[in-house]
Amino acid sequence: MKKLIAEFLKGIVKENPTFVLALGLCPTLAVSVSLTNGLGMGIAATFVLICSNVIISLIKNFIPDKIRIPCYIVVIATFVTITELLMKAYSPALDRALGIYVPLIVVNCIILGRAEAFASKNNTLYSLFDGLGMGVGFTLALLLISGIREFLGSGKLMNLMVIKDLEPARLFAMPAGALLVIGLLLGFFNMLKERRR
Amino acid sequence: MNAAQFMAIFISAVFINNVILSRFLGLCSFIAISKETKPAFAMSMAVMFVVTMSSIITWSIYRFILVPFDIAYLRTISFILVIATFVQLVEMIIKKTSPALYRAFGIYLPLITVNCAVLGVAVLNSDMFFAHNKAVAGSFLFSAFQGICVGLGYTLAMLLMSGIRERLDFCDVPKALKDFPLAFIIASIMGMAFMGFNAFKF
Repeated sequence: MKKLIAEFLKGIVKENPTFVLALGLCPTLAVSVSLTNGLGMGIAATFVLICSNVIISLIKNFIPDKIRIPCYIVVIATFVTITELLMKAYSPALDRALGIYVPLIVVNCIILGRAEAFASKNNTLYSLFDGLGMGVGFTLALLLISGIREFLGSGKLMNLMVIKDLEPARLFAMPAGALLVIGLLLGFFNMLKERRR
Repeated sequence: MNAAQFMAIFISAVFINNVILSRFLGLCSFIAISKETKPAFAMSMAVMFVVTMSSIITWSIYRFILVPFDIAYLRTISFILVIATFVQLVEMIIKKTSPALYRAFGIYLPLITVNCAVLGVAVLNSDMFFAHNKAVAGSFLFSAFQGICVGLGYTLAMLLMSGIRERLDFCDVPKALKDFPLAFIIASIMGMAFMGFNAFKF
């Protein structure tokens, strides 16, 4: 039980996929315009991550070593297609907002990375918790970035007006602002790491 | 289908919606390999080749297999498999026919499989040039041309970035910002400059 909790927690802080491992940055930057988009992308990626981790840890003994990567990609792509169809059916607005970045979850390095580094070596229960932890870590990172960008870029949070009479810095709603925010955040976390030593 | 449409695709893909600075596709390779100009250029050429070829291949698959059999929802899974196979094939052919080129591309070729730019362009093509599950006039040429232009945009951003980062080696930067964080901040400033192209509206 203790080890399960450790597997879950490591994805959130110690091995945070975005800030520590620097994986899967493309969707992080592209969809983090508003908290709603960030949350939607986070949940979608977490779902794919958990399902693919579980399935891959179940079938790892049947996959020949040489063609394991294509096999993993097929499993991941299947779940991405499921997510895509579910999202189109139940929340078309979110699907339009995320656009091509939903199918692009397939090439999100976090998912293939966890399949290769964790699920192919550990049992199903651990893989489930690893996927959950990594997914939550990814979602939290997305929420942090998209919260900063939405607040500074439009003065809103979750589409609700927070500050009224202040001219928002439009830059942060633009792609260039995303790069600036993630650069400074990475620098900030590096600084914290240096301090702790 | 006329010259103006091709011009619009060119300016949009290279400047306004630059793959890296505005769409964030292929960001990982952009940050990781842009430390020096030479490998950056080799990677750009490899990406340009693969993106163009995979645009052509995925267009054909979408037009002649997925749409006629009404299984367009299998787009993601079929595109990624085709791209992965294609990259592997290119790697084998180059290895056999031109070892010099193989050495120049080095490890970058296999890396391209997981480069989101390749799948991103394939998905974009099928979104942009197919209306109601039917290919618009000239969509094949548009798709191939968009592939080339996205490759050019990638090359442009990559060369600019690697030039700047080579110079940065001689600067004294804060320790926490060294390498990746600073690369993102530079990319952001370049992105701001590219925002100026937004005024080109078609």
